[in-house]
Amino acid sequence: MIPKTSRRHFGAGVAAAAAAALALSACSGGGDDDGSVEITFLSTSDEDNTALAEALIDAFEAENPDITVNLDGRPGGTEGDNLIKTRLATGEMAEVFNYNSGSLFQALNPDQNLLELSDRPWADSLTDDFTSVVSTENGLYGGSYGSSFAGGIVYNGAIYDELGLEVPQSWDDFMANNEQIAAAGYDPIVQTYGDTWTSQLFVLGDYANVHAQDPDWADQYTAHERFYADEPALAGFRHHQEAYESGYFNENYPSATFEDGGAMLAEGSGVHYPILTTILSSIRFNHPDAVEDMRFMAIPADDPQHTSATIWQPDGLYIPNTVEGAQRDAALAFVDFVTGPDACEVFIEAVNPTGPYVNGCELPADVPPLVQDVQSYFDAGNTAPALEFLSPIKGPNLENITVEVGSGIRGAEEAAANYDRDVENQARQLGLEGW
Amino acid sequence: MTAATTEVRAGRSGKARTLGVSRHAYPLWFYLPAAVLFLVFFAIPTFASFYFSLTRWTLFDQEFIGFENYVQFFREPQLYQGFINTLIYGFLTSGMKVVIGLALAVLLTSALVGRHFLRSVIFFPVLVSTIGVGIMFKALLDPFDGIVNGALETLGITGPGWLTDPDLALYSIIGIDVWKGLGIACLIYIAGLVAIPTEYYEAARVDGASKWAAFKSITLPLVKPATGTVIILSLIGGLRSFDLIWATTGGGPGFSSDVIGSVIYKQYQAGFYGLSTAGNVVLFVVVTVIMVPISLMLNKREVEQ
Repeated sequence: MIPKTSRRHFGAGVAAAAAAALALSACSGGGDDDGSVEITFLSTSDEDNTALAEALIDAFEAENPDITVNLDGRPGGTEGDNLIKTRLATGEMAEVFNYNSGSLFQALNPDQNLLELSDRPWADSLTDDFTSVVSTENGLYGGSYGSSFAGGIVYNGAIYDELGLEVPQSWDDFMANNEQIAAAGYDPIVQTYGDTWTSQLFVLGDYANVHAQDPDWADQYTAHERFYADEPALAGFRHHQEAYESGYFNENYPSATFEDGGAMLAEGSGVHYPILTTILSSIRFNHPDAVEDMRFMAIPADDPQHTSATIWQPDGLYIPNTVEGAQRDAALAFVDFVTGPDACEVFIEAVNPTGPYVNGCELPADVPPLVQDVQSYFDAGNTAPALEFLSPIKGPNLENITVEVGSGIRGAEEAAANYDRDVENQARQLGLEGW
Repeated sequence: MTAATTEVRAGRSGKARTLGVSRHAYPLWFYLPAAVLFLVFFAIPTFASFYFSLTRWTLFDQEFIGFENYVQFFREPQLYQGFINTLIYGFLTSGMKVVIGLALAVLLTSALVGRHFLRSVIFFPVLVSTIGVGIMFKALLDPFDGIVNGALETLGITGPGWLTDPDLALYSIIGIDVWKGLGIACLIYIAGLVAIPTEYYEAARVDGASKWAAFKSITLPLVKPATGTVIILSLIGGLRSFDLIWATTGGGPGFSSDVIGSVIYKQYQAGFYGLSTAGNVVLFVVVTVIMVPISLMLNKREVEQ
């Protein structure tokens, strides 16, 4: 009963699928007699990153005509964590992959699964901060994939100018600004629980403020001596609850997504969005005219002298230690290229960095205002790494717990105590002492 | 020569029958492929999971830790609510499928115009992938852009956040589950209803019984086997349900629509493989403890008839 034309299309589809399968099976063959090698690069499959990965591969292949790099996509978030672990455990991992540095990197059991890279030419050019988050005590396992970025409040500078507001230094100043913004008819704070991970920024972005009050907090936290349920770390949860109770959120906060949040900020209907500065790529893609209006501030601490910016390190670029022979050489050449100086241009053109590079690449001179804001925190020495780069512990349920606080389901203190219990699983899984 | 061989063969098979092998319709080795598949893909993983639930397992290596995973699993802050939600979800979806399924089956076995078409319509959601249904309803029930609240708005009603209101989310998913699973319940009931001899109803009519009396005294008792099947299938499905919840709310907002299945999945995603395996063993025990008595009770009644 299928009409003839569509049946023919169906046949063509089957043929195409079969051809694709053949091509795929050819890939896994690896090195050919004529000296050409094929490797696969596994990377996250979102739009921005795919464009970047393709640009890197094109530039690399132009310099290395014998090597073909195939791009393979994977989901982000916890689904991606799972995929990476499963493929490593079953020996099915691509020859090169990028993945978080810091606590998630530690969970991959690097000593057992990854290729040691400390003898590569770029190893000495990495910053100490980055080196520490892609290393174990036995060695260095990752090249750098991109620039660092900040987490805090991205805000619409045009509305700040319109209302004559000043960048708040303390939490109380921030709430006073919100009051004026609300009176002017804008949504003071954008929240987007349709993408639950975005709810964590009040807590995660506050870590630099905790660090400013107590630089040993992370070590003692890892040793199970400090807790989120106590000050100073409780402040993040407490501020989140305060923000919810003040009614400053956009009306559709329970279902809005990360992209919606970017749109609200760019269009000026929302003014403050606690989020990662990487949102600038999404705004540049969807609202290029608004890029110059986007500004950044650290999440204000209760006491202005503690207000500092929380910085995230870029992903690492890793090679599984099961890769051998010509493919290993090709994979190393690819990592050398991406982490080395030759790829600086490609990164700057494709992704618009929102923080300093960690491998010696220079930021371009004409960066947007938001990046200048981030840089000014570095210049003043008011930055600290996010907690996930100082402690291997990150509980999997934080994003649900912060959604509870931000939706009024649970108060800050109870939520913080629940999070302290949630991280126990992670600490025990890692076999840490004192848990 | 050929005649002789045939005779011998006949003789052999005749002998085999007298040895009692004939009780099996097929030679034993016919069962072998199925047995191997069952062992490799079901029995061995099941027993392996009992072992792994006693270890701290990273996929890369494992360490035997006794019952620590079980202790840890029961200490999960969201487990209590997940457990309550699981029971609400299981019993409510099962109950609604029984009631609505029977009502629709009665309607669709009556002399209704277009009943064959309507049967297909009701069965259709069963064929769609659960994840697809979840994503579709997430769009339909969006509190601001969804067409459900859009339609309510034209009537002057402000629709709630079906999937984003913590008090409502679980019940919205229950509604979707019932919509999706009703076709199976209805189909089983239609088969049960069609099997009831029409003579009973004719006799009842002659005796002057009302429609309701006929339903209560003939239909209900005689579809009891179908009811048993519907209850057992939908209750097991409801107690271990996970995919629809994951596709619509991910257990949220916060933990308000978490069930045991989604708590386990989140642990698995976080890489706590031993802990989540222990959770699965707990889920297995919970489903068994609830289902075995119910199943025994339903079967006993059937025999008594």
